[in-house]
Amino acid sequence: MQSYLIRRLLESALILLGITLVTFILLYLVPADPARQIAGRSATVETVQNIRDQLGLNDPFFAQYWRYLTSLLQGDMGRSYLQRAEVSELIASRLPASLLLMVAAIATELMMGLTIGIVAALRRNRPADHGLMIFSFVSISAPQFVIGILLLYVFAVQLGWFPIGGYGSFAHVVLPAVTLGFLGAGWYSRMMRSSMIDVLGQDFVRTAQAKGLGRARIILRHVIPNAILPIIAMIGIDIGLFMSGIVVVESVFGWPGIGQLAWQAIQRVDIPVIMGVTMVSATAIVLGNLLADLVAPMIDPRIKTK
Amino acid sequence: MSDPVLKVRELNVQVATPEGAKTVLDRLSFDLRAGETLCLAGESGSGKSMTALAVMGLLPKPMCRITGGSIRLGETELVGLSDAGYRRIRTARVAMIFQEPMTSLNPLMTVQQQLVETLLEHDACTSAEAPRRALQLLRDVQMTEPERRLKQYPHELSGGMRQRVMIAIALACDPEVLIADEPTTALDVTVQAEILDLIRNLQRDHGTAVLMITHDMGVVAEMADRVIILRHGQEVESAPVRDLFAAPQSEYAQELLAAVPRLGSAPPRRARPATDPVLEVEELSVRFPVRGGILNRVQAQVHAVENVSFEIAAGETLALVGESGCGKSTIGKALLGLAPWTGSVKVAGRQTRGLGSSAMKPVRRAIQMVFQDPGASLDSRMTVGDQVAEPLQIHGLASGSEIADRVAHLFRRVGLSPDMMARFPHEFSGGQRQRINIARALSLSPRLIVADESVSALDVSVQAQVLELLQEIQDEDGLAFLFISHDMAVIEQVADRVMVMRLGQVVEEGPRDAVLRDPRHAYTRRLLSAVPVPDPTRPRPERIETESLGSPIWPVGEGPQLLNLHDVAPGHRVAS
Repeated sequence: MQSYLIRRLLESALILLGITLVTFILLYLVPADPARQIAGRSATVETVQNIRDQLGLNDPFFAQYWRYLTSLLQGDMGRSYLQRAEVSELIASRLPASLLLMVAAIATELMMGLTIGIVAALRRNRPADHGLMIFSFVSISAPQFVIGILLLYVFAVQLGWFPIGGYGSFAHVVLPAVTLGFLGAGWYSRMMRSSMIDVLGQDFVRTAQAKGLGRARIILRHVIPNAILPIIAMIGIDIGLFMSGIVVVESVFGWPGIGQLAWQAIQRVDIPVIMGVTMVSATAIVLGNLLADLVAPMIDPRIKTK
Repeated sequence: MSDPVLKVRELNVQVATPEGAKTVLDRLSFDLRAGETLCLAGESGSGKSMTALAVMGLLPKPMCRITGGSIRLGETELVGLSDAGYRRIRTARVAMIFQEPMTSLNPLMTVQQQLVETLLEHDACTSAEAPRRALQLLRDVQMTEPERRLKQYPHELSGGMRQRVMIAIALACDPEVLIADEPTTALDVTVQAEILDLIRNLQRDHGTAVLMITHDMGVVAEMADRVIILRHGQEVESAPVRDLFAAPQSEYAQELLAAVPRLGSAPPRRARPATDPVLEVEELSVRFPVRGGILNRVQAQVHAVENVSFEIAAGETLALVGESGCGKSTIGKALLGLAPWTGSVKVAGRQTRGLGSSAMKPVRRAIQMVFQDPGASLDSRMTVGDQVAEPLQIHGLASGSEIADRVAHLFRRVGLSPDMMARFPHEFSGGQRQRINIARALSLSPRLIVADESVSALDVSVQAQVLELLQEIQDEDGLAFLFISHDMAVIEQVADRVMVMRLGQVVEEGPRDAVLRDPRHAYTRRLLSAVPVPDPTRPRPERIETESLGSPIWPVGEGPQLLNLHDVAPGHRVAS
């Protein structure tokens, strides 16, 4: 177990190193000039050149990358070009809001998705199943900003149940979390449905019936725990999906998280901030996967961590 | 005579199909008395499993339903019983064990949890007593190390141990009737013998009535008091077991019994002129790495095949026998380059060690394989004609209209009509599919065919036909066969020489009659004595000793002690 954990952590570190390189290359190739952004439109060519020199943007690629990497390893993510602040501070101030939103959204999508999937599987090929699968199809297909605006309009503007935007209380979290969880709920309900149907047809379910167990016990004790196994690996991968969703949803709801920070930074070619946000979300995805792999053997005795 | 525990009268079961309702059980009637074993025997599709599921109220809904008749358990009528009513019956009064021990237990629950759950459901004891009762049940089914087994999960147990757990669950509430649906079909013969022995003993101790479902007439002969032979859902014949085997009345029963391969009854093999070896294998070893640790390095190796040498001459059949995990299938795979191997393999005198993939291509043509599952080894979305033609195209042996001619010829060769070429695999029966697989293997005019359990999945009557076909092909073309099987009776029919394997090593090899009729190694004798004999007059075997085989996994650099074979007679070699 211990050596497995060490090996996985080393692997994760390698993956993150790869991500720094790829992101750095992409941002290096971006045609927009951050120096021009900082200097403003009216600045002279010399001013822009000066800024480039100051920022070290005229150095060869590998010199720049090496500088970035060495300071990153010392915990220094650089300074924002445009907001007079350390990137790490900017991220630290916004991360809690994003994490809160993410946890709430994961809870929402799992509750919705698993419930829908279980009910649909147990009502297979009946009207309830068809209705729920249409719902899940819609939730997968609808763009998040449409869902977000729709929810805002109905529940905030018309009904006034929830605040229109902002951050602070439980009521603030509900709409963004539901918007963000909607897509995942669609995926999970489909996966859970097919996984349930698969398990319902297994021999050990017939054994459970032959034991004389009641339907509720068979479903809760024998079917659902087995059906949920493939979902666990998905949750780890899913964190990646959240990171893209979070940018949209945070803008729609004015949620002060790293999604908004990323959006502003991209618009203004604030490279250190873009790099920082990318690294944070990449770390989240890598850790999410690691966590899913560590949780799986606790639930499924057949999986051995070696 | 006591009243029957289970009375089935005029039972009708229908299955809904796209073409309308199909009757799968047609007015079946029988009685089952306490302490008695009734065998329902028949080939696939005869409705024997349907009968079991109907009694348990487990017919797959909504496709199947009972359309008439009665099933009485003592005073209780089971047909039309509510779900709640059935829940009180199942396991408490009628219990069932299934064919597939590997998948019949919940993988996420320990043995103890699965036993206790059953006990508590039927209020057989208080929850404080339950663990002790569970332990006692495991002792009753003669589980080794029962205390440890309670805490284990199904995947940590072998097939035989899992079937013991299933039996323990089934007997948890001391039921009046035990239904066993092919309980040993998925198990090795020595394990089968142990499980059958266990069922017999438990039945004697508890006076349980057993309804046993099987396709194996050897199992029928060893277990049954009475037998009902089913075909297409109808009773063909019902008789006490000795009467049935001594003088079957119906034509179908006669055919069925005649088709059963009996160990020791095969005619002698024809003498062959000495020919050059097609295949020479020397010191073949196959090892699979077990990885682990921080750097994921190889920590141990599975020694699947260890230092095996043999030759097969043209026109000869060498049979590889052994229990699951002994490495017999791995040898077949290694010969085709489907598993990493070391040693020397010469095909028609040509060394294949170290050949690249293009140099291997002609070699591959010389060795073809026919697998166990005739359905799964065909692509369900490709016509069977195309599948037989594919090897010809890949090897560039024919083109254009020549291909169709060759394929038509191959179809006729295996006893199929060339008109069938445009059909898809699902339109064929299991036996026909295996013929198609044989045609595909023959398409490249190989020198050697590796037949890996090629007839194991077939009903006995079909099995006999396919074996006959293989024999014909061998007689005409002088093809060599490596015939891998666990079924001693089948091997006796086809083999010239037999090689017995255990834990990756050969323990005995020699001419068929020498090995099968005068076995020298203890393991060979054990295997042979475990084979159920289709003769009810033979005294039923006494208690069978359980033996653990040991593990083929060794740390890097270590390995099992290599066995030395020494001659006991010309060509007959035994490990000391």
